[in-house]
Amino acid sequence: MNSEKVIEINHLSYDYPDGTPALRDIDLVVYRNESIAILGPNGAGKSTLLYHLNGTLKGDGRVTILGLLMEKKNLKEIRRRVGLVFQNPEDQLFCPTVFDDVSFGPLNMGLNEERVRDRVERALEMMGLKGFDGRSAHHLSEGEKKRVALATVLAMDSEILALDEPTDNLDPAVSRALIERIQFIPQTKVIVTHRLPVAVDLCERAVLLRGGRKVEDLPTEGLLKNRELLEQFGFDADFAQWMYDRRRYLTKTHF
Amino acid sequence: MRHAFLDHHSGIESPIHHLDARAKIIVFLTFILIAVSLPPTSFLLFGLLGLALIGIALLAKLPLGHLAKKVLIILPFLFVVAISIPFMKKDGIGGGYSLGFGDLSVSQSGLWILWNVVIKSSLGVFSILLLSSTTSFPQLIKGMERLGSPKIFTILASFMYRYSFILIDEMQRMKRARDSRCFGGRWFWQSRVIGHMVGTLFLRSFHRGERVYLAMLSRGYHGTMPETTGGRFGLGEILFLFIPPLLLFLRIYLS
Repeated sequence: MNSEKVIEINHLSYDYPDGTPALRDIDLVVYRNESIAILGPNGAGKSTLLYHLNGTLKGDGRVTILGLLMEKKNLKEIRRRVGLVFQNPEDQLFCPTVFDDVSFGPLNMGLNEERVRDRVERALEMMGLKGFDGRSAHHLSEGEKKRVALATVLAMDSEILALDEPTDNLDPAVSRALIERIQFIPQTKVIVTHRLPVAVDLCERAVLLRGGRKVEDLPTEGLLKNRELLEQFGFDADFAQWMYDRRRYLTKTHF
Repeated sequence: MRHAFLDHHSGIESPIHHLDARAKIIVFLTFILIAVSLPPTSFLLFGLLGLALIGIALLAKLPLGHLAKKVLIILPFLFVVAISIPFMKKDGIGGGYSLGFGDLSVSQSGLWILWNVVIKSSLGVFSILLLSSTTSFPQLIKGMERLGSPKIFTILASFMYRYSFILIDEMQRMKRARDSRCFGGRWFWQSRVIGHMVGTLFLRSFHRGERVYLAMLSRGYHGTMPETTGGRFGLGEILFLFIPPLLLFLRIYLS
């Protein structure tokens, strides 16, 4: 693993505007090209933490992204380099056509028409959406919407991808297809999920949050073997054991 | 939910559908302007305009019967506004009816005014119908933007189009939930529930607006929407744009 720190969070605390505490004293370091999962029950502060990565929310503490301190003057650059995909694709797809949505990011970055077109084509192809340029967002299925939302961020060539519950609402087949596509994205990924299989398939490291605090930060494989921790977080320990065994089996046979 | 009201037939393949939106906007607006500028006695020109529009509709492979039905939508409005006019103006008796309790006379100039309103409304509605049936809504908006329409209008129209489908979906879901829980009921009580639904829709739209704004910021939005580029100006467009000067010529020399 490269030793370049792309995300460095020190003593981050955040309260919602109405006073509800959301995050308490979070420390996190993410290295380049790592894939980390942020797991935890509903209300643990997972999405809140994610929104701090591109300055959507600003709490107390230090957040440094790719060497840039999270402050007003760096916001534009940070947002260019961190691609955040929201949980609900309807909020992310606000343009009349798919092409408009995917080209929104690159156009705002000031790229010329030809480069924008190129980026859009590549992003759509990566997500298996070739030919979807002229389609309207409301005529797409849930899975297609999620893929377009992801494409809008891929077109920006972000160095860090932050995904909020990418497989939420998707049926098993579509969910599996999406996970397989995400696996091919080489950039640093921070994925918020409450589903263990998603974390296991996509991430080598898992950060567990509860009540706004970081409870544990360990390799995903280690988590699968830690019955106590799994049960604490409501995961099925036997299922986790089965996943662990399957992984060991797969890595052995695929060598 | 699949619904496409505004641009019902805009997916058909035809030479007219492939024309650039700008050319179509200019030409169909010219039809309306010429029609409106004619004195009511120019039957020949009204006929020519009508035939030209029908010709374009045929070229665009649009179902004429369907279009005719849509033009008839203006009838209720015409009925309310214009039907009393012939009975108002009191010069040049065009005809008379004797009712039991008095005479009802129809004035000639009143009839002319009625004809004026009917023919011009019909031609106007037909033109707009052709425009909206051969141009998808996103293309229409972009065309207007490139022709110099103020951005604020096009952006508002664009968002309205995109999110009206979501609003309709939410409304349908609310209605289903409501119907499942209050079977029957007096209309007065129902109106209270409808009021609540409208209020809820407004709140949800307001919060959605905030989330969409965050999504726009996350993709680099910095105050102004990116400029629309592209558009075609080929032989088809040039040929089509011969229509306005031709109409103008006919207008001047045939009346």
